[in-house]
Amino acid sequence: MTILWVIIGHTLAFGPDIGKVIGEGGWIGGLDFLGFKDVGAEAVEVAGTQLTIPHTTFGIYQMMFAIITPALIAGTYAERIKFSAYLVFTAVWVLVVYAPMAHWVWGGGFLGLSGLGALDFAGGTVVHQNAGAAALAAALVLGKRKGYPNDPMRPHNVPFVVLGASILWFGWFGFNGGSALFADGFASLAFANTHVAAGAAIFGWMIPEWMQHKRGTTVGAATGAVAGLVAITPAAGFVRPWSAIVIGLVAGAVCYGAVQLKHRFSYDDALDVVGVHYVGGLVGAILTGVFATKSIIIPDGGLLYSGDFTQVLKQIVASVIATGWGFILSYIILKVIDMVWGVRVSEEDEDSGLDLSQHAEEAYSA
Amino acid sequence: MKLVTAIVKPFKLDEVKDALKDVGVQGMTVTESRGFGRQRGHTEVYRGAEYQIDFVPKVQIEILTEDAIVDRVVEAIAEAAKTGTIGDGKIWVTPVEDVRRIRTGESGADAI
Repeated sequence: MTILWVIIGHTLAFGPDIGKVIGEGGWIGGLDFLGFKDVGAEAVEVAGTQLTIPHTTFGIYQMMFAIITPALIAGTYAERIKFSAYLVFTAVWVLVVYAPMAHWVWGGGFLGLSGLGALDFAGGTVVHQNAGAAALAAALVLGKRKGYPNDPMRPHNVPFVVLGASILWFGWFGFNGGSALFADGFASLAFANTHVAAGAAIFGWMIPEWMQHKRGTTVGAATGAVAGLVAITPAAGFVRPWSAIVIGLVAGAVCYGAVQLKHRFSYDDALDVVGVHYVGGLVGAILTGVFATKSIIIPDGGLLYSGDFTQVLKQIVASVIATGWGFILSYIILKVIDMVWGVRVSEEDEDSGLDLSQHAEEAYSA
Repeated sequence: MKLVTAIVKPFKLDEVKDALKDVGVQGMTVTESRGFGRQRGHTEVYRGAEYQIDFVPKVQIEILTEDAIVDRVVEAIAEAAKTGTIGDGKIWVTPVEDVRRIRTGESGADAI
């Protein structure tokens, strides 16, 4: 993904806009930055805005988003995907599904501020709904793990789950805070909101969990925190911290319910990417339209400040497009890979485990 | 020569080990295992999903003994491992054909 992004991804997402679909916003970036050409130390104009940082910094920062987004989908197809299929899918996905979405919302395309005016501070739509919808497609194409749902498939290392969630929490300060693209009040607001939403979301999760199971679980708390981090992502620089508390609480509770849906609809989402990232991103995107304060970017503010639904509707439109785009394209890509050489490992390979069958390694050979 | 195998609750291991030393046992092999008899399992919850776990963690102890003290060994284990609640475990005795100490080459009762 790194290599592809340097060669062509960055320019497709952030190159000068081509075509006009809504307002000034078009379809895709051109090839001006092919191979990171002109991505240098100067703070140039990108996507209709004057950068406040070197273009290289912007380039490598956006590359991080491009890399993390398809990585999210892995949580769904874990334990049964062929390694080769995973490589091909990810490479195609980042260019065909992610880059256009990034262009439409952030790169001067038709969904963002040059066009429709949907708000996405750090990727609730571009990253989380997009990847989450793709994850649903992956769950449907890959099918259920052998033995799911009757065999207990417990987390094999709960301390690692907590460690991972902690790293995510900390890293998210960069993911959201950095999206201000400048070390200013905007960035510190995003930083603060990120932390607040994560903390609130743990409660949002734990309340329904306690009501249903009479206990608070560690994995649940970690998941709740991540749901909050996802939900605040589109809102981080646009809302006040008290709103971040609300967004976190709502996201934690809604994602708790969403995670149960896979049993209702009978699909195997190994790590609940759909329930946490898709639903969390959707909740966050819509609530951004409610709680966004009045600013230069949104003169009237969200529903709470302006009293009208315009921004909320814009958020919904962008969400629907991201959902459809992510789901349909991913489904097609996976089906094609499946027809050509198969996405899922054989039953024997799944039994012996992917460590051995795909990589000739054992994770814990001692 | 006999092999005494005992399945006990993990937190009882130290007590059993001390009791065995008191009756003269000089060595044992311990394995972590899982199992169930009449003890029922428990429910675990991960991210909203409930799992019924039947297997309960146990510790398996194996001791080679001479015929003469077998009964005392079994008694020592039983007393030390007992809590009175379901899941205390079981002890069984099997005959052993031969034993050999690797370092010295001794065999039979000398190897125990």
